[in-house]
Amino acid sequence: MSETPVTSPSPAPVSTKASVANRPHGGLGDAMRLWWDALPRPTQWVVGFPLVVFIALLPVLNLPVLTTVGTNFGAVMAQFGMYALIAIGLNVVVGQAGLLDLGYVGFYAVGAYTVAILTSPSSPWNQTGDGGWLSRDWAWLAALPIAVAITALSGLLLGSPTLRLRGDYLAIVTLGFGEIVRLLADNLDDVTGGGRGLSQVAYPRIGISEDNTNGVFSAGASSGTLNSGVWWYWLSIVLILGTLVFVGNLERSRVGRSWVAIREDEDAAEIMGVPTFRFKLWAFVIGASIGGASGALYAGQVQFVNPTNFNVINSVLFLCAVVLGGQGNKLGVILGAFLIVYLPNFFLGRTELFGIPINGTEIAEFRYLFFGLALTVLMVFRPQGLIPVRQKLLTYGRELYVTARRTVRKDAA
Amino acid sequence: MSGGLIHAMVVAEPLIGFDTAALAKNFWALTVDGLTYGSVYALVAVGYTLVYGVLRLINFAHSEVFMIGMIGQYAVLMMLGFGPSGNAYDLGIAMTVVYLVLALAGGMAISGGVAVGLERVAYRPLRKRGAQPLVFLITAIGASFVLQEFVHFVLPRLTGDTLGGVNAQQPIRLVVPETQFTLFTANVTNVSIIIIVSALVLALATDLFINKTKFGRGIRAVAQDPVTATLMGVSRERIIVLTFLIGGLLAGAAALLYTLRVPNGIIYSGGFILGIKAFCAAVLGGIGNLRGALLGGLLLGIIENYGQVLFGTEWRDVVAFGLLVLVLMVRPTGILGESLGRARA
Repeated sequence: MSETPVTSPSPAPVSTKASVANRPHGGLGDAMRLWWDALPRPTQWVVGFPLVVFIALLPVLNLPVLTTVGTNFGAVMAQFGMYALIAIGLNVVVGQAGLLDLGYVGFYAVGAYTVAILTSPSSPWNQTGDGGWLSRDWAWLAALPIAVAITALSGLLLGSPTLRLRGDYLAIVTLGFGEIVRLLADNLDDVTGGGRGLSQVAYPRIGISEDNTNGVFSAGASSGTLNSGVWWYWLSIVLILGTLVFVGNLERSRVGRSWVAIREDEDAAEIMGVPTFRFKLWAFVIGASIGGASGALYAGQVQFVNPTNFNVINSVLFLCAVVLGGQGNKLGVILGAFLIVYLPNFFLGRTELFGIPINGTEIAEFRYLFFGLALTVLMVFRPQGLIPVRQKLLTYGRELYVTARRTVRKDAA
Repeated sequence: MSGGLIHAMVVAEPLIGFDTAALAKNFWALTVDGLTYGSVYALVAVGYTLVYGVLRLINFAHSEVFMIGMIGQYAVLMMLGFGPSGNAYDLGIAMTVVYLVLALAGGMAISGGVAVGLERVAYRPLRKRGAQPLVFLITAIGASFVLQEFVHFVLPRLTGDTLGGVNAQQPIRLVVPETQFTLFTANVTNVSIIIIVSALVLALATDLFINKTKFGRGIRAVAQDPVTATLMGVSRERIIVLTFLIGGLLAGAAALLYTLRVPNGIIYSGGFILGIKAFCAAVLGGIGNLRGALLGGLLLGIIENYGQVLFGTEWRDVVAFGLLVLVLMVRPTGILGESLGRARA
């Protein structure tokens, strides 16, 4: 990331020209970000909370401009929630620590399969039936931390031998890992059900009523505005917010600073005393566990897992979300995830857009072609993504940064 | 695996079979078949190795160059009047060779063209901007998506569903596998002979080209020290185009050979796994090393073939990936080491 702006606040520039040259490359709404950073914390909460509530209520409000025609908007938003969580996790690995992981779908699969193997009646290790130690109603919630723990372990297992490798080599090895996980799921028939997959995975049984005999989270609750998609979307928002706080705190800690140092120049970081291997492993494990959480979310929502959903093409799609939004920027990658999920669904089933006749289903079918084109064009013209990262290397540099930027602006005016 | 199935106690995963008896019984047959696959891997691996040697960059889209080569040679055969039929064509040796050479030329031309075009569209603009290696890789992924989806969705619309699409192409059988002679206990088919001999000839020709000609010296010079090479009057841009062209041509040739062995492998996603394996082969032999690519390709083909009998067919790809991880852990520079840039005679 040679274009990452100078982050330490520079002394007041001599001329306007210098201040322009010093300006970080403008992302979408760089001015807005400055305004946001300048707000005191409580004000940020006051502004941010209604915003989150608004975003959470999107599938209920069903705004005519945003809603999807060919598919249920709530289900689309639920998928967006899953992808957003994945993007946040992958962002830790790719965006923060600069390790290119092309096998991220492997962790997603491990998380999903852990929940499925523990709770599906078709699995030999099902723990929800007679003699099992999981109650059917709360099995999903109990399996979630187990899934996270096991994915973290798999991250450790993959990371410890391979993280000595760099760049492209690491990319290939992780790609191989993703394929190995899929092939294992496909071929270990006795445990994973092979190509048939595992069905009837547990989900939280809450809100059982006469309409929803299996609760609001059941895949059967698909009618009306408050369908299962919306509930899964809300659940994923809770998980996302928790993860964001966790990752945000990590980012501002010694760990996060080490990641940035490794990303920018691994050799220099090593020489300056950063134990690079250990922190790379940290990034891998944390990224993996977030991926595992998302996998668990997927298994619960769909109540079915099979190997075809864990193709490497999905890995690339996840990477698309991160790169498109702006690697290293948490909000950016969430936006990226939204675009990845929403755009194909937006076109699905549409026959006209702004009065122009289109074949929306065909456009949705071509999505990988468009993603490929977008990825290529974006990398050539805007390698930093839609909302690029502005890394705050200084832990307590926020106030300092804002003050410095104010001075620069005043001088420029 | 039937008969003599041994569940070895040492294997941590009892779900995977461990059939040593079958391996011992079919050892030579597996070796010959492994060499057949291995020579295809080797030809594709040369493309990775050359680009890596010159640009220090893994050309991720190379597997799609190979895939386009498969489509290309198929299209040429269709234009020559062949149709996909279950039966083989009985053309006589002379005409079969003529048609094979034509298909080879077609596949090579299309793959070479796509490889050079890829360099032009996806890599050159990035090089001009001095982008990071990560950016190159992501662009390559994007480009390979575009190529795959082009064959997946666009090509069938352009050709009226005769080329590309969701399913694999119906094979055109020019050469029917027939046993020619027996080596130890293995039956060697004409297809195996064609593949191994052509691959060795092409690999040898490439090696000679790199080591004996003026252009080859230019490639070695840029691989060794781009700045000095430029100062000595070597055009770096031209050399880069040349390396992509050679890699593409060889991938196109590999595409034809591969379809002889795996007639129903012509599908939009058919390049992915093979590309990864070819990359494994390049790493195994020492990426950036031409002879290493050949050695790595043959070794990978053989080991993978032993592995699939040892553990079961479904573990074939796992063996290849496992081998990659193992090699990278133990000896990241491969068996022969990185050496395109090292001066040799």
